[in-house]
Amino acid sequence: MPRVVFGQALQRHVKCPPVDVAGSTVRDALEAAFALHPSARSYVLDDQAHVRKHVSIFCDGRMVRDRTTLAEPLTVTSQILIVPALSGG
Amino acid sequence: MALKVLAATRKGLFTLSATGPAKNPWRVERTDFLADNVSMVMHDPRSGKLFAALDHGHFGVKLHVSDGLGGAWTETAAPSYPAKPDDANEVDMWGRPIPWSTVRVWGMETGGADQPGVIWCATIPGGLFRSNDHGATWEIIDSLWRHPKRVEWMGGGADLPGMHSICVDPRDSKTVRVGVSSGGVWLTRDSGATWSNDNSGMWQDHAPEEHKYNPNGQDAHRLVQAPSSPDRMWIQHHNGIFRSDDGGSVWHEVLDVKPSSFGFAVCVHPKDPDTAWFVPEIKDEKRIPEGGELVVTRTRDAGKTFDILRNGLPQQHAYDIVYRHGMDVSASGNDLVIGSTTGGLWVSSDQGDSWTAADARLPPVYAVRFVDV
Repeated sequence: MPRVVFGQALQRHVKCPPVDVAGSTVRDALEAAFALHPSARSYVLDDQAHVRKHVSIFCDGRMVRDRTTLAEPLTVTSQILIVPALSGG
Repeated sequence: MALKVLAATRKGLFTLSATGPAKNPWRVERTDFLADNVSMVMHDPRSGKLFAALDHGHFGVKLHVSDGLGGAWTETAAPSYPAKPDDANEVDMWGRPIPWSTVRVWGMETGGADQPGVIWCATIPGGLFRSNDHGATWEIIDSLWRHPKRVEWMGGGADLPGMHSICVDPRDSKTVRVGVSSGGVWLTRDSGATWSNDNSGMWQDHAPEEHKYNPNGQDAHRLVQAPSSPDRMWIQHHNGIFRSDDGGSVWHEVLDVKPSSFGFAVCVHPKDPDTAWFVPEIKDEKRIPEGGELVVTRTRDAGKTFDILRNGLPQQHAYDIVYRHGMDVSASGNDLVIGSTTGGLWVSSDQGDSWTAADARLPPVYAVRFVDV
């Protein structure tokens, strides 16, 4: 199953250890992860459910560029990493 | 009862009390959210609850609540915008889409005494929210957010438009006036169902003639209402100081204010609508105290004359700016507090005649509030 890993910077605000979730896209996996860690959702997504301006999401080491639909496909071994972007200072 | 000061700063929430030596009594007694950006703090005397709005930058705006000063904090829902319709193509002055997302909590006030769970919350990019359950859930005031004139609002103090002032009329809790940078003053008399900005008198000298007097384009830095005589309102405006004697329908410019009528903050005496305080800065391009001397100005005659108050405030190389929520007056009207961008905080117990510096070098101060607990 794909794994969603919340970076250390987020752990300061919300306790959200890594989770293995079902999903065929980044969006699917994130929604499944937020179902397990609901309080993490608003830290990663904005009011329109887009990735926050200064949050970066990596999928298997590649930065996810589609920050709106998050339709990037996953494999069963994909790893999604959520970290603050350096753009946020 | 003991008077305390809450200071929301760039690096945490600080609670100060006058527990030190008489000559220099104000000191920090508690820190919360240390190192986090606290944009607003509000104590609700009806419930005792304390609210702190955080802006985590990377991770967005969050709202925390405690059952009272000194209590444990719990994260609660932050105001959240509805889904943006596909045809909502409003843009800012650079052509960038206006986000339908809370960028900053820029104002928070309690509802009336007859509305015990009601809290109002004003935000950047301009949405007004209301909670009926002590901040557990929020609803955007759709009638204002979707008002056709709202998309004309411009940035003022921030790139995006922002609502910063909420005045719940003490005579009728359904009557609320709000101040917007830059969108002037808006009024509802039906608890937010309908809104109007049918007012006149404010003007801005930097705008072209066609826009000078447009009520929807005014950069009202801060709007306050006199509790003892609610038809009296004061605005610290980008273009100077304005006063209304009819509940905000007609605004009169207050002229000849030395050293300057430019600034961000205004407070009105809770029991005397003619007494108000301001913190002047050199206008526009400079925005520093005149001569490096930090002063507060006070009128006691509805703006005809002003006292310049400087006793106890730094008078050499002081470049403190007091933001729009950086001044507060106590319920008695005797105590004032100002907090500055360079982390200074001064308290007066004699209506501004003299000031005492807090024994602290704070982070940049965004908002100060007295609480009497």
